[in-house]
Amino acid sequence: MRTVTRHQIRTIVNGEPTLVEAEANDVLLDVLRTALGIKSPKIGCERGDCGSCTVLLDGRTVRSCLVLAVEADAHEITTVEGLEHDGLTAVQEMFIEQSSFQCGFCAPGIVLAAAELIERTPHPTADEVREAIAGNLCRCTGYESIVDAVLAAAGSGTSATTRPTSSGASS
Amino acid sequence: MTGRHYVGSREPRIDGRDKVSGAAHFVDDLEFGPDLLHAAVVESPHAHARIVAIDTAAAAAMPGVVAVVTGADFPFTFGLYMKDRYVFAQDRVRFVGEQVAAVVARDPAKAKRAAAAIEVTYDKLPAVLDVERATADDADLIHPDLGEYPHVPWFFPRGGTNVAHWRKIRKGDPEAGFAEADVVLEDTYTVPRYAHCAIEPHVVVAQQDHAGRLTVWSASQSPYIQRDLFADALSPLGLTHHDIRVITPYVGGGFGGKAGVTMEIIGAALATAVKGHPVKLRWTREQEFYNTYQRQGVVARLKVGAKADGTITALEHVLQWDAGAYVEYGANVVNAAGLSATGPYRINNVGIDSVCIYTNLPPGGPYRGFGYSEFHFGLESHMTRLAQQLGIDPVEFRRINAIAEGDTLPYGAAMNASGLREAIDRTAAAIDWGTDEESSDPRTRIGKGFALFWKAPAMPPNASSAAFLKFNEDGSINITVSGMEIGQGYLTVMAQIAAEVLGVPPSKIRVETPDTDRNPYEWQTVASHVTWSCGNAVLAAAGEARDRIFEVVRRARGYDPSTLYLEDEKVKCTEVPELQLPLSDLVTSGLAMEDGTWRGGPIVGSGTYMPEFTSALSNPETGQGGHPNVHYTTGAAGIVLEVDLETGRMKVRKVALAVDAGTAINPTMVEGQITGGVLQGLATVLYEDMRFDDEGRLRNPSFTDYKIPTSLDTPDIVIPIIVEVPQPDGPFGARGVGEHTMIPAAPMVANAVDDATGLRITSMPITAEKVALAMLEAST
Repeated sequence: MRTVTRHQIRTIVNGEPTLVEAEANDVLLDVLRTALGIKSPKIGCERGDCGSCTVLLDGRTVRSCLVLAVEADAHEITTVEGLEHDGLTAVQEMFIEQSSFQCGFCAPGIVLAAAELIERTPHPTADEVREAIAGNLCRCTGYESIVDAVLAAAGSGTSATTRPTSSGASS
Repeated sequence: MTGRHYVGSREPRIDGRDKVSGAAHFVDDLEFGPDLLHAAVVESPHAHARIVAIDTAAAAAMPGVVAVVTGADFPFTFGLYMKDRYVFAQDRVRFVGEQVAAVVARDPAKAKRAAAAIEVTYDKLPAVLDVERATADDADLIHPDLGEYPHVPWFFPRGGTNVAHWRKIRKGDPEAGFAEADVVLEDTYTVPRYAHCAIEPHVVVAQQDHAGRLTVWSASQSPYIQRDLFADALSPLGLTHHDIRVITPYVGGGFGGKAGVTMEIIGAALATAVKGHPVKLRWTREQEFYNTYQRQGVVARLKVGAKADGTITALEHVLQWDAGAYVEYGANVVNAAGLSATGPYRINNVGIDSVCIYTNLPPGGPYRGFGYSEFHFGLESHMTRLAQQLGIDPVEFRRINAIAEGDTLPYGAAMNASGLREAIDRTAAAIDWGTDEESSDPRTRIGKGFALFWKAPAMPPNASSAAFLKFNEDGSINITVSGMEIGQGYLTVMAQIAAEVLGVPPSKIRVETPDTDRNPYEWQTVASHVTWSCGNAVLAAAGEARDRIFEVVRRARGYDPSTLYLEDEKVKCTEVPELQLPLSDLVTSGLAMEDGTWRGGPIVGSGTYMPEFTSALSNPETGQGGHPNVHYTTGAAGIVLEVDLETGRMKVRKVALAVDAGTAINPTMVEGQITGGVLQGLATVLYEDMRFDDEGRLRNPSFTDYKIPTSLDTPDIVIPIIVEVPQPDGPFGARGVGEHTMIPAAPMVANAVDDATGLRITSMPITAEKVALAMLEAST
């Protein structure tokens, strides 16, 4: 007798206990987006290069395009939607204040990478911020505005490099 | 009334909260319900071949397959400036990856499996993979029907050859110019192809409902152009503009790659084959590399003469563009470069030949810089070399020859106002030009490089913009426009322009992304023109709304409109300080009269802008007589580069880039364009390039093999410098800066490598490997 069984995955998604079924070869990214309707993890390369599918698995960043959905069983998943329930986190607010992102496609992944960093290292250096987001590609910003905002949100004092003394002057 | 409140202010982006909270939805994030179908495409494995037969029987019989289509179902052509492209390949394929057939199925996996089951029989033809081969006397013709393709009047295709367009500029007498030169330098520079690498892949969802209406959701910079090209290409199916609606939510990066129409035509066509169902087509990262526009490669032969005092006497520039299999958009890149390939210099004797050449590589098209990045590599390398030969400081040489307002452009019109000289001076100061820097590491040497840049929007003469504006009950505002927020901050800048006119903070203004049924016309979000062009439309719309508000206050309260002004969300009066009428008290409700009647009504405004002074018509042999470009944005950039003398490895110590924004509506957005553009430009010179094998297959279609910069690959210091010499016809004096910031990267690196090592590299990219090999060769 041929039997096809879908796997039952018990997980906590953004704080909510969740039971979801998936095929053995379904990746977590697709299950989050399609079965659960959580759209902030993006499909950018489907091979772990770009980081736009980043989610937190038990508080650690993973590329959800490289994680099988069944691997999330008995684990906790956090996406940007579930980062904070009472408003945005300090680093998100700083990203807004400093207009850190441009197109914003990479933003959910970078917000999570920054959240993980600040959780582990409350007062990171610029190099530590760069290292933490090095797996998240951004084609728009040149990264400086992102690094600066993470440092500012973490109260790490002076910013990375680019805030100019000469800008905004008129002729 | 004081000075400006919102224009020139570092307002936070109005889309910031959407983007960091996960609320921002891109096309792939939209829900279409259980009826959504998925498409997969069958692609040509050959660069050039005849299609002998296509067998779809096995695929059509597979479970979950809803439709299978081939070129026989859609024998239609399309194109923006020249109709040379096919919805699906017809009798032949012209590049590896070209769409030959497609499957629509219940889920993506089924579609992919069925597409793999379609058998296509090809008869291979010789592949033409470079411009030299394509222009040989016995070259195989890639488009035998070139002479019959419809095209815009400013293209000059040569039927019976692979030359799709030839832009000529002839000004003054180059021969006489070279005769009076003390130094004449001639060399050839080569630039490979590049990929945009927006992080969001192209994606389209299309649905033709049972009433016949076709709605297309696309990740696009060009919703109106898409509607226009869909209506044109699919007109044999009875579809008109009236039947087609294009909706574009947030777009995850464009850089030109999402301008015009590429894969979206496939989605639109497939929707007509599965009427009633929405159908989605999303490119994989690999397809993103090989079947969307690529930045064209170019071989540039450059000859420039100058007198001992530094005056440039003549320039000849022959640009041979590897434009790929279809040039419906790319030929206009060639055209734009041809009009401006002198760079920002005053040169009286000029000959330019910018030649658009078909090859069997993927279609070339717009990429941030639109041909200017490509020709500036050779041009700005050349200017430094010429200065060196004359014994003149390269920055001083540029000061001597820099174009100024009123100078004659290559095509005969006059140069616009420009802060180029200020940009040169401030950039030179920012990198301590003229001061040698010693490396503390004996294995490395530090060089400095300098480059100027200019660019004009490349637009049809009637490219235009429009804006609608409405007030809400609380005095907040919604603006609808059809420019696209591709990251540059367009929505925020439009809000700031309206805010300035109406005295309402940008945080209370929503600017909506395009929907061609509801938002008014915009040509495209390309050419760094929307701040200027759409900004003018928003300015007009806001002005109309303001005038209506004043008219209501006049009719209801008797104030002279010429004494009224808007500030702090209130109507105020220069003569009567007591008048502090909140906008929310009148913008929808109107104002009450003593007799219980009301005056006014909902306040709305509309505005349009078209640059009526432009014309693309000119003498085809000389390029003289027209006014094809609206204006140029200029600037300068300098780099401090550390070069490892053993490995060739380069470290960017510092970059300064000055761009003349006219008026920076939002300095933070302008700086964002500088830091982002500088890094994108540096990547094209330090490591990116597309590698094809001798069968025309792209060898590195992934982020693993086509490296783009990470946060660890940035310069140590980037110094953005904003110059502001107002553009007279710009909104508050603004002009565009988006593309320009990536243009000077390649030549300034080449010049810095030369300064550090004495070696001149004339081909991009300038990788560590190339520098190391050049040093090795020089030492033996």
